[in-house]
Amino acid sequence: MAKTHVTTSINGEPQEFLCEPGDTLLDVLRNDLNMTGTKEGCGSGDCGACSVTLNGRLVCSCLVLGVEVEGAEVGTIEGVSSGDGLHVIQEKFLEHAALQCGICTPGIIVSTKALLEENPNPTEEEARYYLAGNLCRCTGYDKIIRAVMDSAETLRGGA
Amino acid sequence: MSEAQEFKYIGQRTVRPDGFDKVTGRAAYGADLTLPGMIWGKTLRSPHAHAKIRSIDISKAEAHPDVMAVATFKDFVTLQSESIAAGEGSADVLDLAKNCLADDKVLYHGHAIAAIAARTEQAAKDALSLIEVKYELLKPVMDVEDAMKEDAVVLHDDMFTAGYEEKPARASNIATRVEMKMGDVDAGFADADVIVEREFRTPTAHQGYIEPHACTVTYDEDGQSMIWCCTQGHFDVRTSTAKVLGMELSKLKVVASEIGGGFGGKTVIYQEPVALILSKKSGRPVKMVMDRDEVFIATGPTSAAKLKAKVGIKKDGTITAMQGWMAYEAGAFKGSPMMPGVMTMFTPYDCPNVLVEGFDVVVNKSKVAAYRAPGAPQAEYAAEMVINELAEKLGMDPIDLRLKNAAKEGTQTIYGPKLKKVGLVECLEAAKNSPHYQSALPEGQGRGLAAGFWFNVGGQSSVTVNMNTDGTGTIVEGSPDIGGSRASMQMMAAEVLQIEPKHLKPIIADTENLPYSQGTGGSRTTFATGMAVIEASEKVVAQVKERAAAVWNVTAEQVDYADGVVRNTAGEDSMTLAEVCKGAEKTGGQISGSANINARGAGPSFAVHICDVAVDQETGKVDVTRYTAIQDAGKAIHPGYVEGQLQGGAVQGIGWALNEEYIFNEDGVMENPGFLDYRIPLASDLPMIETIIVEVPNAFHPYGVRGVGESGIIPPLGAVGYAVGNAIDRKVEELPCSPPRVLALIQNG
Repeated sequence: MAKTHVTTSINGEPQEFLCEPGDTLLDVLRNDLNMTGTKEGCGSGDCGACSVTLNGRLVCSCLVLGVEVEGAEVGTIEGVSSGDGLHVIQEKFLEHAALQCGICTPGIIVSTKALLEENPNPTEEEARYYLAGNLCRCTGYDKIIRAVMDSAETLRGGA
Repeated sequence: MSEAQEFKYIGQRTVRPDGFDKVTGRAAYGADLTLPGMIWGKTLRSPHAHAKIRSIDISKAEAHPDVMAVATFKDFVTLQSESIAAGEGSADVLDLAKNCLADDKVLYHGHAIAAIAARTEQAAKDALSLIEVKYELLKPVMDVEDAMKEDAVVLHDDMFTAGYEEKPARASNIATRVEMKMGDVDAGFADADVIVEREFRTPTAHQGYIEPHACTVTYDEDGQSMIWCCTQGHFDVRTSTAKVLGMELSKLKVVASEIGGGFGGKTVIYQEPVALILSKKSGRPVKMVMDRDEVFIATGPTSAAKLKAKVGIKKDGTITAMQGWMAYEAGAFKGSPMMPGVMTMFTPYDCPNVLVEGFDVVVNKSKVAAYRAPGAPQAEYAAEMVINELAEKLGMDPIDLRLKNAAKEGTQTIYGPKLKKVGLVECLEAAKNSPHYQSALPEGQGRGLAAGFWFNVGGQSSVTVNMNTDGTGTIVEGSPDIGGSRASMQMMAAEVLQIEPKHLKPIIADTENLPYSQGTGGSRTTFATGMAVIEASEKVVAQVKERAAAVWNVTAEQVDYADGVVRNTAGEDSMTLAEVCKGAEKTGGQISGSANINARGAGPSFAVHICDVAVDQETGKVDVTRYTAIQDAGKAIHPGYVEGQLQGGAVQGIGWALNEEYIFNEDGVMENPGFLDYRIPLASDLPMIETIIVEVPNAFHPYGVRGVGESGIIPPLGAVGYAVGNAIDRKVEELPCSPPRVLALIQNG
């Protein structure tokens, strides 16, 4: 089957790729563009390890087809830190020891960024429900939630 | 080691050295390596739980233009039954091979039968349907009760129960029977004023790591091979893979990628030898990544178990006798963690009369793999539920009852040695004084408490510390880092070298760069690999002193080393570590220290957990409202990651107690192989997990370390189980306490 040509923007940079109709955005990111920061944990939208933003909206990239991102703005973990340093959320995850194996971490950081852009002052319960689509098997979520709440406070105070 | 050591770096909450790569997505995990010319492998798996394979026809698949290689069991070398070290125990090499690709029988839904390599992952997947397998269906045996019946269908007609004086006349599904005892339980029960005896069940549960098993491999014309994979023990992957493929160890390099969770489940091989066969046949690098449903049906899980616990007690709270019985599912091949279940069941208690009997039973489910304190959570769950019921019957505080009988230094264990210094009493006292235990239980809720014991292990670790010419260094170790252990290694080396941790870079070497190192498991890494790091660093300090002594023309004994500076005690001279390293060229060559050890003296870690729950009386849904985990770390090298182990273990245990279970249909097919239906805890399910780190130093480690990774998964089953029963005024016996099961208890009494 002929591949489809897609023109899109990833982390603010123009990008073109060819993909099969059945390829997911996750497949394209990982296998065609070699952006392996976005992880696959389930391929069925249950674990959130492949979280990215699509036109600012948080999605599981395993549930989006590559051809669907034509003309869209895609945001991945690779775009969270700027060239000159880590994003506050990334710093807080390190400071709070909010990761163990780290496989869920890119997805959780992308989700946290989306949460705090939507709601800069979440309650603990709001943070827990927003991140309910991001599974972590190592931490029991305690330190993740602390890092999220601390990030929110720092971002409110700083920027 | 001395009782109260002063530390310069140990005990701080440093930023882990691998953290930057992990929060930016740069860290490379099992599925993240792509090689030039690489193709993809996929596995054909059995749709049946139990069947004879009449024939496998791969000719159509081989003829397909997209297919570059096909592998079946016939591609393994001819193997003899032989026990080899694998994961956290031993395995029969023939069983290992038959689990990687089925021989003449499929033994569980999901059992690998053949694999195909093709240009793309999708092409490999599509081509699987071209393989024709003819089966003769057999009746599946799905639990220990059926498997242990006299007239049970037998999985392996050459398996005769070990553990009896005479070899049984007939083959059976019981691989092994074990009995351990001390004292006289009959006399002990005769002395008791109150006896409680109950029967329990725990489900088949999965480790649930988020990263699926993955590998990328190459095989060249010279037979030189490389495996890149996510594993807890790359040296063990090399041993097992080389064995089933008949290779020399020097021909096979295994590189441990970053690993996305393991919990014991990534200690055995599945796809690795199959991918190498495909690579050899195709002449191309091959990547294999499991889908999530493959992870559920064909890897892990831990044993479902049936257990009985009987405990006798005097009115004053003295335990007089303890008796246990357990049957653990091994899955398709022998080797459940029944033995550690037998050994740990009653170890938190100092009782002279104990008898425990255990059975290792094969059933038509995937072969179990180690899962965090393998075998202990099930056995100790049964014991802790009965202890709590006895406390309630006597009207005694459950902590006081445990304190009265607590195992301590000198307590005789059922498995042989007496305990060295341990921290159970200190954990119980910390629990009693905790804000949680001191708080009143909210109206309508239930509270439960349980203790947990795990041995911890030591074992072989190899480490080299290489100093650079600017006084910084590299710590080369062989223990894959699952939860932040590189931070601990960095801090321990820094403590010896007396320089800031950030100047030392820890790396996980591949199998060609270090001698054998055991995998990360048994809570051994911070203890055993840490000991090797300390020893290697001490060798560096000794060399630094010798070099300085040579420069100053004094003896090494006349040189002091502190705060990264050598000083001549016989004069005024001093040099920094960096200056000594810079001058190493002229004083005898570069400076490094190696330690290849077999660490003994792992100190057991006891844990005590407290759990409050609220139960929805209409739906049976249980919410954990407050939870506290208390555990003896010996010495917490990095308190943040120690707390993380306590919290992570607690939450895995909460999941096991409340929701997680494999659901099979009548044909033995797993019906919930995904995270939607096999429900591990979510952020929204939980409260903060309060932690209290108790530090009773382990005399066998220079800094007092005890492993902390595993004990934390043991108490939740009893603490949550008892809290649920307490909330609904019923006796909980079967886990998980999922809504339908709790609702049935509420409605039926």
